[in-house]
Amino acid sequence: MSILVNNETRLAVQGITGREGAFHAEQMIAYGTKVVAGVTPGKGGGWAVGHVPIFDTVREAVEATGANTSIIYVPAPFAADAMLEATDANIALIVCITEGIPTLDMVRVRAYLDGKARLIGPNCPGAITPSEAKVGIMPGHIHTRGPVGIVSRSGTLTYEVVHALSMRGIGQSTAVGIGGDPIIGTTFVDVLEMFENDPETQQVVMIGEIGGTDEEKAAEFIASQMTKPVTAFIAGQTAPPGKRMGHAGAIISGGKGTAADKIAALENAGVRVAHHPGEIAEMVAELA
Amino acid sequence: MKLQEYQSKRIFGQYGMPVPQGDVATTPAEARALAERMGAPVVVKAQVLVGGRGKAGGIKLAKTPDEAEEVAGRILGMNIKDLTVKKVLVDPAADIAKELYLGMVIDRSRGQVVVMASSEGGVEIEEVAASSPEKIIQVAVDPCLGLKEYQGRELAMSIGLPREQVPAFTKIALALYDCFVSSDASLAEINPLAVLRNGSLKALDGKMLIDDNALFRHPELAAMRDDEEETAEEREAREHGLSYVQLDGQIGCMVNGAGLAMATMDIIKFYGGAPANFLDVGGGAKADKVAAALRIILSDSNVKAVLFNIFGGITRCDEVARGILQALEGMPKRVPMVVRLVGTNDVEGQAILREANMLTATTLADGAQKVVAAAKALARDGDAEGVGHLRSKP
Repeated sequence: MSILVNNETRLAVQGITGREGAFHAEQMIAYGTKVVAGVTPGKGGGWAVGHVPIFDTVREAVEATGANTSIIYVPAPFAADAMLEATDANIALIVCITEGIPTLDMVRVRAYLDGKARLIGPNCPGAITPSEAKVGIMPGHIHTRGPVGIVSRSGTLTYEVVHALSMRGIGQSTAVGIGGDPIIGTTFVDVLEMFENDPETQQVVMIGEIGGTDEEKAAEFIASQMTKPVTAFIAGQTAPPGKRMGHAGAIISGGKGTAADKIAALENAGVRVAHHPGEIAEMVAELA
Repeated sequence: MKLQEYQSKRIFGQYGMPVPQGDVATTPAEARALAERMGAPVVVKAQVLVGGRGKAGGIKLAKTPDEAEEVAGRILGMNIKDLTVKKVLVDPAADIAKELYLGMVIDRSRGQVVVMASSEGGVEIEEVAASSPEKIIQVAVDPCLGLKEYQGRELAMSIGLPREQVPAFTKIALALYDCFVSSDASLAEINPLAVLRNGSLKALDGKMLIDDNALFRHPELAAMRDDEEETAEEREAREHGLSYVQLDGQIGCMVNGAGLAMATMDIIKFYGGAPANFLDVGGGAKADKVAAALRIILSDSNVKAVLFNIFGGITRCDEVARGILQALEGMPKRVPMVVRLVGTNDVEGQAILREANMLTATTLADGAQKVVAAAKALARDGDAEGVGHLRSKP
């Protein structure tokens, strides 16, 4: 088992003819992901990255290929439209890689998607179930299959942790990047619940950062609902208040969203919190 | 992006909200001329992008044009929380009976716009939230419906407004919501929203934050960006598509990815150093971006050492290494630099860097310890000339 993406994933790539979309479609195919369709309005009928049929609309792609998941590489001004289109075409899982989407667009998209489709991201690296399917932009080769579920708001920091785990011979069930924006489709709590219910996952690594209160909500969930051990790291312990640290969501505002608050909440929930990412693999190994 | 008070109020006015008919002056003489034109007592207000202007002496009442000139002379050039006042807003003074608060923000956990109102206006809303949170009334807005009139009425009633002022308040609340959404704001605030002695309402102060991600569709707002919001380095970084935040430590950091960049700052602190900046150089760490980033990092004279932390991922590390060396060509080599590269072809990448006499590291902890030691050695040796030996040691 695993969560979100697996051998059954039939992927449509929205924005497959763009530079990013084409490059990563190729990478995902090379990893073994079933990329069944590409979508670029105005380019339907053609072929992308060799043998992937292009459609003008997501609906056509779903009807012709049975796509059940979509990944979005569409530029920020058009990304909200792409997410809504995928929702209306009955795509069950939408992964939005795009960074820089206006926040109010996401407010509307999230309200519309509610109960219709699951969205991961935006501004995320995607999800990977090692040796089954990679739906994202992460380097596939650093992942190995195993018992550790990973959920993170970051991209390269997640790769860092995955790499360290794999080097120690500890594999991953699924690694999910939920995204660095203030408004995202899938939260820590959603993914923690999936890992708790996934028989293959034996323990979870959670990588949070400053801004918002999702880590505090995760701490509540862990304390009340989770039986599996969780190891965490919170990035931004040295970040000053009021400054956006790269990710649109990584900002301490009005004294809220500090790393210290999040670490305290997690530790109170029985979560072991690493001082720095270099410690995580060792802490996980102790429980393996 | 933050807007100045005068900019926010001009925008509020365009959406039909009642605002004072004031104007901006950059010299005491201009302030005097404005006061003469307005013909009555005026308020002279420092235009800087921080709160607490009143407490700092940046807001003064002037009864005559002479006084307006005099107080403008005192306020212009004043230093408020490290910002120099370059402009003042001259507003006709209002005859205030009561001060209310009306504001809206995007509530990230609800994923909705939340409208807040309070009978306790004129003070920082954070203070009200801390001392008497029950006096802040909140309404969440369904994004598909927008703020409705009944919600405006409910807000007005719950902050105790008399019935005759409810329609005017509701009209302002709906206009502010319209303004918020149409401008892609992340915050819009009227504080105070004054009830005047004649019973009418007026937005005496205004504050707006605009979502940077949405500026592409608001060129007129993007043009309002004030130079004082960011340092020269932060501006250069933004123009190069880099995320950069200046801090006050000694160790410059260049990292790909925001989360990893924050974690790199944290681990430097953990090993006894202090980060000089946050910098996300973006995917692939391309030579031109690395060069711009390095220029920005080294322009901070506090920087005593630089740590590159690049997780290559799909990008090949040998390419990244060549990019770094290319970027370093023609750069002043005033501080030691430690490079940590991981990912595809990392062994080749590290070899290329060692050949060029760069310090390399394999793990994040190793890189952090090396750069902290290098910065301390440079601080001890005192000057840049003394660090040649550090760079040449593999």
